[in-house]
Amino acid sequence: MNQAVQAAAPAQKRKPKETGVPDNKKFLHPALVKNYGDWKYHDRPRPGVLHHVAHGGDEVWSVRAGTQRQMDVHTIRKLCDIADNFAEGRVRFTIRSNIEFIVSDAAKVDPLIAELEKSGFPVGGTGNSVSMIAHTQGWLHCDIPGTDASGVVKALMDELYDEFKREEMPNRVHLSTSCCEINCGGQADIAIIVQHTKPPVINHDLVANVCERPTVVARCPVAAIRPAMVNGKPSLEIDETKCMCCGACYPPCPPMQINDPENSKLAIWVGGKNSNARGKPTFMKMVASGLPNNAPRWPEVAEVVKNIIAVYKADARPWERLADWIDRIGWPRFFEKTGLPFTKYLIDDWRGSRANLNASTHIRF
Amino acid sequence: MAKKMHDTPNLDQLEDGPWPSFVTGLKDLAKDKDYVVDLLGQLEESYKTRKGYWKGGTVGVYGYGGGVIPRFTELKNEDGTPKFKDAAEFHTLRIMPPPGMHYDTGTLRQFCDLWEKHGSGLIAFHGQSGDIMFQGATTDNVQKAFDELNEMGFDLGGAGPAVRTSMSCVGAARCEQSCYDEAKTHRAVLNTFLDDIHRPSLPYKFKFKFSGCPNDCMNSVQRADMAVIGTWRDNIRTDEALAKKWFVKHGMDELVNDIVARCPTKTFQVKELSKIKGGEHISTVAVNDTHGIEINNQDCVRCMHCVNVMTGALAPGKDKGATVLVGGKSHLKIGGLMGTVVIPFIKLDTDEGVEQLVDFAQRTIEFFAENALEHERTGEMIERIGLTNFLDAMEIDVDPSMVNSPRMNPYVRTDGWDDEVAKINAKKQAA
Repeated sequence: MNQAVQAAAPAQKRKPKETGVPDNKKFLHPALVKNYGDWKYHDRPRPGVLHHVAHGGDEVWSVRAGTQRQMDVHTIRKLCDIADNFAEGRVRFTIRSNIEFIVSDAAKVDPLIAELEKSGFPVGGTGNSVSMIAHTQGWLHCDIPGTDASGVVKALMDELYDEFKREEMPNRVHLSTSCCEINCGGQADIAIIVQHTKPPVINHDLVANVCERPTVVARCPVAAIRPAMVNGKPSLEIDETKCMCCGACYPPCPPMQINDPENSKLAIWVGGKNSNARGKPTFMKMVASGLPNNAPRWPEVAEVVKNIIAVYKADARPWERLADWIDRIGWPRFFEKTGLPFTKYLIDDWRGSRANLNASTHIRF
Repeated sequence: MAKKMHDTPNLDQLEDGPWPSFVTGLKDLAKDKDYVVDLLGQLEESYKTRKGYWKGGTVGVYGYGGGVIPRFTELKNEDGTPKFKDAAEFHTLRIMPPPGMHYDTGTLRQFCDLWEKHGSGLIAFHGQSGDIMFQGATTDNVQKAFDELNEMGFDLGGAGPAVRTSMSCVGAARCEQSCYDEAKTHRAVLNTFLDDIHRPSLPYKFKFKFSGCPNDCMNSVQRADMAVIGTWRDNIRTDEALAKKWFVKHGMDELVNDIVARCPTKTFQVKELSKIKGGEHISTVAVNDTHGIEINNQDCVRCMHCVNVMTGALAPGKDKGATVLVGGKSHLKIGGLMGTVVIPFIKLDTDEGVEQLVDFAQRTIEFFAENALEHERTGEMIERIGLTNFLDAMEIDVDPSMVNSPRMNPYVRTDGWDDEVAKINAKKQAA
């Protein structure tokens, strides 16, 4: 920052300390500092507990519990009390918003689990369980949401509670939700994503004042938006035959309202995985759409997700992730077994789509 | 004692059921805070109408251009006043977590105290980009909350067209699969770009993620413009005691069906001990008195499956480092993209190795800043200009590890072929 700007700043403004990412060493459990980079193996004595053994013989137990992610300070303090009274004062969070308590004594594991369960935090989410759903912001805080996130997650995790606490799936099951098609929830074995079905409704009175029109035109993946004069005002118009209702124009131009209580639907996608284990990472595929955005508990969505999980659980072999299972049984059987209709909308026609067509006689009968 | 609660018949239904309820948490906060009473009022309205009511704006802290997500209510009365006036402003501070998201309870309690004082009392561990999200503060309180967080040693993360907050896995701190010091590398890279994090001026967002092994627990391959994924070059290590222990518990059926059959390159074999061959690139270990495992590491793609199933009995080698992939992203605008291998292997166990990675990251971001179109991610830029042009600019030699297969169509002008071959041969001779 240059001197002139500093001098002009009001006296009460504090200059930030541009410290960046903090060192994690001071937050680590002492056993993790001591054995940093020197772990030998781990096992899972029971669901929700990881047991790590270092080359030198030191052991730690990590007890994993589910949280609501959007936590009030009272809940966080309760978790801190548990960490101080039943663990050793150190915790970490996983990428899926589970909390882990780390202890260096096996005798502490059972009392810690009992206290967590008593306080309403389910212990699980390890190994071949259904883990906590990757979480976006939704109506609580997002500026472009088609649905809620915390509520969808709460409603679904109530239904999947037992599968979170057990390790009975063929392999781990990662879920995500996204409250618009930008898909902040990311790739998952099963994902729930908003799918708009109608073009945006434009408030022509506001476009000229609110939207940078060339930016909006450039944002459209199918070039369906063009500048236009409407009622004597500069605005935008949409070629509705081209528009595929992705909603990409809405963030830069809120007067192009894409969200619609009736016509913004939910779609289910399956078979995404990030890990390189066995096959290469995979993108997930759409297998259902048209589900209603039915707050507060989204029962239609829960039914489809639970059904896919149940069929996968019954049919997949050990270590088959959802994508591996479908690779073995094939897509026709996936739709047959889940009872989901295979519609023409599930045949890809986006760029590169020919690679998704079956150019062989590999067909299961 | 706060003002009277609004009726929330929809949200009330999210207090039922066994999973921890964020609604119950919000109601606890609402006992003391009018702010949260009105937040619940607006959220209930969203549940009723199935619409969102927040819009963005411009709120920040002194000295930075990003890192705060401003939210102003759009739910207005007919006279233009906010319908829920106490929650008319509900901004979020994105704060960068320590690598691996480790905390002591003292720090968490300090977070709680300051956010109870300056904010709504709602904190998310963590957002999808990895930030600790301090959700809900008025414009006036954003600076106060930031000053206290900053004095604690925490700093704002990225938002907008900036280098974004990064994530790294639990890694070397508590995982036997870790192939480099994720936390050290994470900090070395991110803290090089503080200006690009705090003062958004890139064509679009740029994300780094750090996973310690190919299990990629940070989902970096499809979520990061630059994914640094740990791997190794030498042989899988073995431990006979743990291998035999595993076999006693799991037996031959599981060894054959769950590991041999699932090895993607079929390099993992089970043989009678007398038929197992040794060799420079071969890992072997007995599982009982008659049978053992033989892995030809030259055919192994480091997928992690057998190492995951037989943790400890099999382990990553000692010549560890990382693969760097560039260009992963989600749907907007051209569809989801995976990262592409750009550096097949880089050693990260010395300061020089980490500096090399930092240098590559700097040159990548410089190139991105100069060449990407507005709102174009790195992966889209590479798709538009072609990988070889990007590699040329980065001064990286092409490598067959970067592709699934060579070109499948003849539509390419190859009159520079002889020169390229000469260059490659000259490099080989010089090496």
